[in-house]
Amino acid sequence: MLRIADLHATVARHEILRGVDLEVRTGEVHALMGPNGSGKSTLAHALMGSGDYEVTQGSVSIDGEELLGLATWQRAQRGLFLAMQYPVEVPGVPLEEVVGAALDARGAPRADLHARVVAEARTLGVPDELLGRGVNTEFSGGEKKRAETVQLAVLEPKFAVLDEIDSGLDVDAMRDVARRVYALARERHVGVLAITHYARLLAELRPDHVHVFLAGRIVRSGGPELADELERTGYEGIAAELGIDELTVVRPFPEADPFGDPTIASNPFADPLA
Amino acid sequence: MTAAFTADAARALGGPEWLVRRRLSAVERLAEVAWPTPSEEIWRYSRIDQLDLDRYRPFAPEELGAPGDERAPGGGPWAAEAGKHAGMIVVRDGRVVHHELDPALEAKGVRACGIATCEDDQVSTLMGRASGASEDAFTVLHDAFVAGGAFVHVPAGVVVEDPILVLHWCEGDARASFPHTLVALGEGAEATVLDRFGSPQTDHLVDAVTELLVDDNAHLRYLTVQEHGTRTWHLGLLRAHVGRDATLRTSAVALGGDYARLRSEALLTGQGAESDQLAVYFGDGQQMLDFRTLQDHDAPNTRSDLLFKGAVEDEARSVYSGLVHLRPAAKKANASQTNRNLVLTEGASAESIPNLEIEANDVRCSHASTVGPIDDEQLYYLESRGIRPEEAERLIVLGFFDDVFERLPVGALTRGLRRSVVDKLEHARARR
Ligand SMILES: Nc1ncnc2c1ncn2[C@@H]1O[C@H](COP(=O)(O)OP(=O)(O)O)[C@@H](O)[C@H]1O
Ligand SMILES: [Mg+2]
Repeated sequence: MLRIADLHATVARHEILRGVDLEVRTGEVHALMGPNGSGKSTLAHALMGSGDYEVTQGSVSIDGEELLGLATWQRAQRGLFLAMQYPVEVPGVPLEEVVGAALDARGAPRADLHARVVAEARTLGVPDELLGRGVNTEFSGGEKKRAETVQLAVLEPKFAVLDEIDSGLDVDAMRDVARRVYALARERHVGVLAITHYARLLAELRPDHVHVFLAGRIVRSGGPELADELERTGYEGIAAELGIDELTVVRPFPEADPFGDPTIASNPFADPLA
Repeated sequence: MTAAFTADAARALGGPEWLVRRRLSAVERLAEVAWPTPSEEIWRYSRIDQLDLDRYRPFAPEELGAPGDERAPGGGPWAAEAGKHAGMIVVRDGRVVHHELDPALEAKGVRACGIATCEDDQVSTLMGRASGASEDAFTVLHDAFVAGGAFVHVPAGVVVEDPILVLHWCEGDARASFPHTLVALGEGAEATVLDRFGSPQTDHLVDAVTELLVDDNAHLRYLTVQEHGTRTWHLGLLRAHVGRDATLRTSAVALGGDYARLRSEALLTGQGAESDQLAVYFGDGQQMLDFRTLQDHDAPNTRSDLLFKGAVEDEARSVYSGLVHLRPAAKKANASQTNRNLVLTEGASAESIPNLEIEANDVRCSHASTVGPIDDEQLYYLESRGIRPEEAERLIVLGFFDDVFERLPVGALTRGLRRSVVDKLEHARARR
């Protein structure tokens, strides 16, 4: 089980995650839905241990083992995978080499690596030509998402966080990606946390649980029907129903007052454009 | 000039009459040459002020390897590493000690031999044709003490498929050697030449000149590899003249030396001439690797491209200073110049100074230069796959160099050169 408890995290001393609680069991598919700027990517990177985010409180564990305090690569080796919203271009290091090195690092055999990468690339519509380039290098947005899914499928982690794996994908590609992830969950028992702010992905992904994420925490959880409700009411509807007037975590513009104390200047209710 | 570099020493090196005269005339010019200092733009950031010429003396003729001498490593591992080749010239301390060439090519008039020993009328007129157009104190010193060197000639219309190897070995404390490589391709000829330099851990000064004369419609691929020991100083000029519709692809891999400098210059003299210059360099320890490049367009519709990529680690330093010169004749010329540097540790540094001088109309010109550490985002991305930071760094550095390695001629060497970069990276890491 991937267990997230009371997770708080800050960026540049500004609190973005404000107490996230979530449990994903092996083979379950969870959808986390929230508007832009609500802190979804911050959650994903805080789980993976990015140095840009400081976790100030809480716990993240896999099968009882605490991950906070471990380096990013150690978390990955404990079974966590993050498909990034903005996958990074690494010139001259092709996808197969990345996955190969990742397998080496786990002490897993590279057996059939090439065949597996090629097969997954076919399934997910990644042209062969892209496999010859540095991973993500001059890939389109959609190609990057497919390439993330290829790596996920070959590495078969215990738990996968997919940060807007649907963005930039056309309808056909979204179906291919969602089906592949669904199969990984059902057949290979990968626990999935799919972050999105569109309901479209969920039709194919068929999540067991849906969570609504506003202003740095989960405000409501339910079954697939919650996604339908969200589709009707929008985030505003849910926020109004729960009496929440804050949907996003607005980071103060540092330029506004470079000498100000960021903990005071951070009025999350202020509209920075007002 | 210093006590050891005398007219007597130059005369004593012997060889054909024209070569002796050439040396003595250079010795005379040497007296007037202003010794370089870092205050000159072309020597800015260099370590030239640390060069004490009095520490060195030229070889006496009896110290130089004689033809047939097997001491140089060229005939052994280096030849094997280069894979299938058409010919080979082994040069020890600037004098040719061995040469061989595919007899079928010999029959077509191809030459791979010694400048001082070949019976070829052309060599005396070809020598200095390119280097003489870009004289500095070290080319004059070179001309005064050059013992001989490698001569590769491919006559008009002849295509040499496999590489011709020129393997230079320099050895001896407190000695200076003056290797010369002269490559001339006749009209429409094609060839690939490897010019490889090495030395052991020896306090040695290498003052090298390579001239590439590429006649109209000819195509030359050239790779120079510099793997000197870490006490050796190397001052090299690589100068090419490229004729009408001819193409030149030069590449340099610089890994060794204490201070190693390469001036890499291509003069495009004929309409439609093209030159590509590539380089990979990796400095560690206290090394300094110094590059001065010139893309000199003196004819219409000429094209040049340059991509120099380097990394520095420990306290190593690198300099890239390059000029694109589009002369008035260079109408519709197209030039691009890119230098990228990875600075892997805080104590290391890299300078990058691209320059343009445009005197022609209707030209296209671009340049780019970057100096910086490994991208944190790239490290994080690879680590998020479970790859340890050291391995991620190794992949990123090799990936950074990949587009140059992929384009090197003499593909048989590429694997070993990649390995050398990894070895340097790992050794530097072990010291951290
Ligand atoms: N690396 C970062 N540096 C500075 N601010 C950040 C960084 N990451 C996120 N933020 C800020 O945190 C807030 C939430 O962003 P994010 O987690 O990306 O939201 P979402 O993924 O839900 O759109 C935003 O106000 C954003 O500006
Ligand atoms: Mg996001």
